[in-house]
Amino acid sequence: MTTKLMGQAVQRVEDQRFLRGLGRYVDDVAVEQDVLHAAVLRSPHAHARILDIDVSEVLDVEGVHAVYTYDDLASCTPQMAEPLPLLIPHPSLTHGRTQHALAKDEVNYVGEAIAFVVADDRYVAEDAVGRIRVDYELLPPVVGVEAARAAAVLVHDDVPGNVAARMEQSVGDAPAAIAAAPHRLALDLTVERSACMPMEGRGTVARWDPDLNRLQVWTSTQSSTGVRAAVAVKMGLDLGQVDVITPDVGGGFGVKINHPWPEELLVPMAARALGRTVKFTEDRREHFISSAHERGQVQHIEVGFDDDGRLHGLDVEFWHDHGAFIPYGLIVPIITSTQLLGPYKPQSYRVRFESLYTNTVMVTPYRGAGRPQGCYAMERTMDAIADYLGKDRAEVRAVNFIQPDEFPFDQGLVFQDGRELEYDSGDYPAMLEKTKALVGWDEFPAFRAEMAAEGRQVGIGLACYVEGTGVGPYEGAHVHIETNGKVKVATGLTTQGQGHATVFAQLVADELGCSFEDVEVVTGDTRRMPYAVGTFASRAAVMSGSAIHLAAKRAKEKVLRIAAEALEADEKDLQIVDGVVSVKGSPGTSIDLGTVSVLSNPLRYAFDEKSKAATQFSIGDPGKPPVAEDDEPGLEGKDFYSPERATFASGMHAVIVETDPETAEITILKYAVVHDCGHLINPMIVEGQIHGGVAQGVGGALYERMAYDESGQLLNASFMDFLMPYVTEVPDGIDIDHLETPSPLNPLGIKGAGEAGVIPSAAVFAAAVEDAERGRLPDFTIRAMPISPSELFHLRESQGQEQTS
Amino acid sequence: MSEELHDVRLMVNGATHELRVPARRLLSDALRHDLRLTGTHVGCEHGVCGACTVLVDGAPMRSCLMFAVSAEGAEVTTVEGLANPDGSLGPVQQAFAECHGLQCGFCTPGFLTTITAGLRENPTPTHEEAREMVAGNLCRCTGYQNIVKAVERAAELGS
Repeated sequence: MTTKLMGQAVQRVEDQRFLRGLGRYVDDVAVEQDVLHAAVLRSPHAHARILDIDVSEVLDVEGVHAVYTYDDLASCTPQMAEPLPLLIPHPSLTHGRTQHALAKDEVNYVGEAIAFVVADDRYVAEDAVGRIRVDYELLPPVVGVEAARAAAVLVHDDVPGNVAARMEQSVGDAPAAIAAAPHRLALDLTVERSACMPMEGRGTVARWDPDLNRLQVWTSTQSSTGVRAAVAVKMGLDLGQVDVITPDVGGGFGVKINHPWPEELLVPMAARALGRTVKFTEDRREHFISSAHERGQVQHIEVGFDDDGRLHGLDVEFWHDHGAFIPYGLIVPIITSTQLLGPYKPQSYRVRFESLYTNTVMVTPYRGAGRPQGCYAMERTMDAIADYLGKDRAEVRAVNFIQPDEFPFDQGLVFQDGRELEYDSGDYPAMLEKTKALVGWDEFPAFRAEMAAEGRQVGIGLACYVEGTGVGPYEGAHVHIETNGKVKVATGLTTQGQGHATVFAQLVADELGCSFEDVEVVTGDTRRMPYAVGTFASRAAVMSGSAIHLAAKRAKEKVLRIAAEALEADEKDLQIVDGVVSVKGSPGTSIDLGTVSVLSNPLRYAFDEKSKAATQFSIGDPGKPPVAEDDEPGLEGKDFYSPERATFASGMHAVIVETDPETAEITILKYAVVHDCGHLINPMIVEGQIHGGVAQGVGGALYERMAYDESGQLLNASFMDFLMPYVTEVPDGIDIDHLETPSPLNPLGIKGAGEAGVIPSAAVFAAAVEDAERGRLPDFTIRAMPISPSELFHLRESQGQEQTS
Repeated sequence: MSEELHDVRLMVNGATHELRVPARRLLSDALRHDLRLTGTHVGCEHGVCGACTVLVDGAPMRSCLMFAVSAEGAEVTTVEGLANPDGSLGPVQQAFAECHGLQCGFCTPGFLTTITAGLRENPTPTHEEAREMVAGNLCRCTGYQNIVKAVERAAELGS
C-alpha cells in the first residue's frame, strides 16, 4: 500500500505557479486583450446630501468611454437602481439598510461610490473622475459607538436611535445568579476597529459575449456562487447566462465574503453596455475607505462567582459599530455573543447587544469574525476574577472548563448558522496542561524575578478560545477520472492562499488510490461546480474536504465495479495503488484508472487506440443496453456534505512580553500556541495558518487601528500610517503544539483551522502587558485594546497618578 | 488633448522591449500591462509593501515608485526571470517551496527579488541578518516565520 497522505506535510502544488510569477490574479486576467479600465468617484464626506452631480466635462476627456451615476442605473435594469442585497436577514435585524451601487441622494461614509468612469486605462479614468463636480450639503456625521448611542444625529433618518438590531439570548437567570453569588465584578471594555487588509484588494473583470448571450465575470471573492446569483438578479439574466470564475486570490481574511460590491455589478453592467471587457482594480486607499472593517465594540460585563472562581452568572451587554450599512447582517455580533463563552460553563448567561450605524466604512467579518472581541471579554473577565481572588489565572480558568466527558456539550444558545451552539468534542484540561508546559507557566515567577534583578519587567498572559468552524449549509465536489488517468476535481468554494489544491489532492489520492501528482483541483469556478456557498468560518477543509472525500469515494465505487467486471474478480479483492486497480495478491491482474475510464463510457466513435477499446463493437453485453438503467456514462463521482451543525475547534495561546520601563516599548519574548483542529490534513499548512493568524493578532493587539477623526475622515488610510506588522514586529519563532480530538460530525474527523491564530490576541496581550506593568503599578489594568507604546505610556501616567493620589 | 508618448527601451529578463508610453506610466504598469509580465504585483502603490519589487541593474526597486521612462536602458529582472536556465526553480524560489514561505502568493514576487539581491550582497546571513533582509516587505498571510526560514534555506542552497 502507498503511504496515506492525510497528515503528511506535503509541499504545495500551487507554489510552482506562484513562485514563477505565473499566478493568475484578477488584475492579470485579460491582460492580453484590449480592456477598458474603471475608476470610481468616492465621497470625500462622511455624511452629506448630494445636491447635484455634473459630469459634463468628463466625456470630453480623450479615452473616456462612459460615466455612470445613480440616475443611469435603471437603464440597465430597474433592480440595478435598488439597494444592494441584505445578504443575511435575521428577525432581530429590524432596521437593515444597504447602500446603492452608486449613491442615491445621500452619502453615508467617506469612500462611498458616487460615479463610475470607464476609460482606455486607469490613468485616464482617474483623470476623468477628477473632473466630476458634485455639490453637497454637509450633514453632521456620527462617528464611534458613543455618538451612535447618543443618537443626537441619525445616520439614516428612518432608523431611530441608529439601532439596526437589538438581540438578546439567555440561559438561566444570570442577573439573579450574579446577585446571589459570593463575589461580583463589573468590567467596561473597548476594542478598536481593524481590517483584513489582504495584499491584493478587490477587483472584477467582466466580458459580455454577444455570440453566446452570456456574461463571464472574474472577481476576487470568497463566494463565486454568491456573486453569480447577485449579478444574475441585478443584470436581469438567467443564472445559466452568468459564469463567475474566481482566479487566484491575493488574500481574503473575510473582507471578500461580502458581495456584491458595487463594482461587482457596475463592471458587468458597463461591459454589456459597451460591448468591451471592463476591469476594475481597487487601489490601496480605496480598500481602506470603501471595502469593510471589523472589530469595533464597547462591552459591559457583570459576573458573579464563588471562592474558587467558578462562574455562577455572566451578564454581557455590548455595542457593535457596524458602520454605515449592514449588508452582512448580524453575523459578527452574533458570533461575539455566542463564542464569548469559549471553553467555559458559565452556569447562567445573558447577552444583549445593539448593532449601531455610524458614518464610517461598513463592518463585515474579518478573520475571527467577532470571536476576538468575545474572547477578549471572557478572558479579561477571567483575569479580573483571578486578580480579585488572588488566585492563579490558569486555575480560575480550569475550574470553569467543560470536561472531556461532557461532550457533546450544548451551551443552550443559537449559533450564527441558526443551529444549536453544541460543542462536538475537545479536551480543554489537557490543552491547558500542554499550554502551561509549552510557555513555561509554572517557571515564570522565577524568570520574572531573574529579569527584575536586571531591572527588566516581564509579564505573562494566557487566553483560551473555542471556535465554531465548518458551518453549513453545504459544499459539494465533483471528481472526474479522465481516460488518461488524470483526476480532475472541482469544488465550488474559493481559495485565497490556504493551499486547497494541495490538501484536497491529498484527500483524493488517499481515497481513490491514484497518484497525488495526477490530481488537479479547481475551486471557485461556477462552470465546474455551480452549487457552493463560500470560503469563510474556517470551513473549507471541513466542508469541501468532506465533500471531496465523499465524491472520491463514489468515483472509487464505480472504478471497482467496472474493474471487477473487466478483471473478472470480486470487488472485495481489488485494490487501487498509484492509479492501478489490481487483484490483491495477484499484481499481474490489473487495469489502470484511465482504462477503467475508457470502459465507463461506451463510444460510437474512436479517436485513438484507447478510445477504440470503448466502441460498441469492442465491449459490452449485446443483450443489454450499453449504459445500464441505473448507471450513467463516464467515470465520475459527485457528492455533497451538509453537517447538522458546526464543529468546534479550540486553542490556547500564552505570551511572555517585556515592557520597557522608560519608553513603554512592548517586546514579545515568547509566543506559545496549542491548537486542536481534530485530525490534521497537512500539518505544514495548518502551522502556516497559525503563524499568519498570530501575526495578524499581534497587529490587531499592538499596532492596527482605524483612526477616524470626528468628521469621519479615516486619517491613516495607507500602509504608511496603518501599521501592519513587518517581520520586525512578529515574534521570532512561535512554539506550536497540537492536540487532536477528532470531530464526530464529518468523515475525516477534522475541524477548521483558518481563523484560530488571531482569536485570542487582544486578550492574551492585554493580560501579558498588564501583568508586566504590575511589577511597578500593582493595580494597573488594561480595558482598551489595541495598546501601542504611546498608549501604554499614557496609561501608566494616568493610572500611576490614580494609584499615588 | 492626447498625452505625449515617449520611446523607451526596457531590457527585462534578458529580452529587449521597445515601448511608447506616457511619461507618467509607472514601471509596474509597463511591466504588467504593456509587457504582460504579470508576476510583478502591486499591493499599495506607495512603496511601502514591497510586492512590486523588481531588480533594476541588480538593485531592488519598488516598480510602483519608478516611471517606465526612468528605466530606459536599465537591466530589469522580475520574478519571471528568477528560474534557472533549465526552467527549474532558482534557489530562492526552491527555498520558498520547501519552507512553505508563501500562502496566497501575492507578496511573494517582491520577497523573491528582494532576497535574491540580498543574498548576492550577503550570501551567508546570520539569523538576524536574514530577518533584516526581508524587513521592508509586507506579507499578510505567513506571519513571516517561514519566509525567514526560506532566506536561510536559500543561503544553504547557494543562490
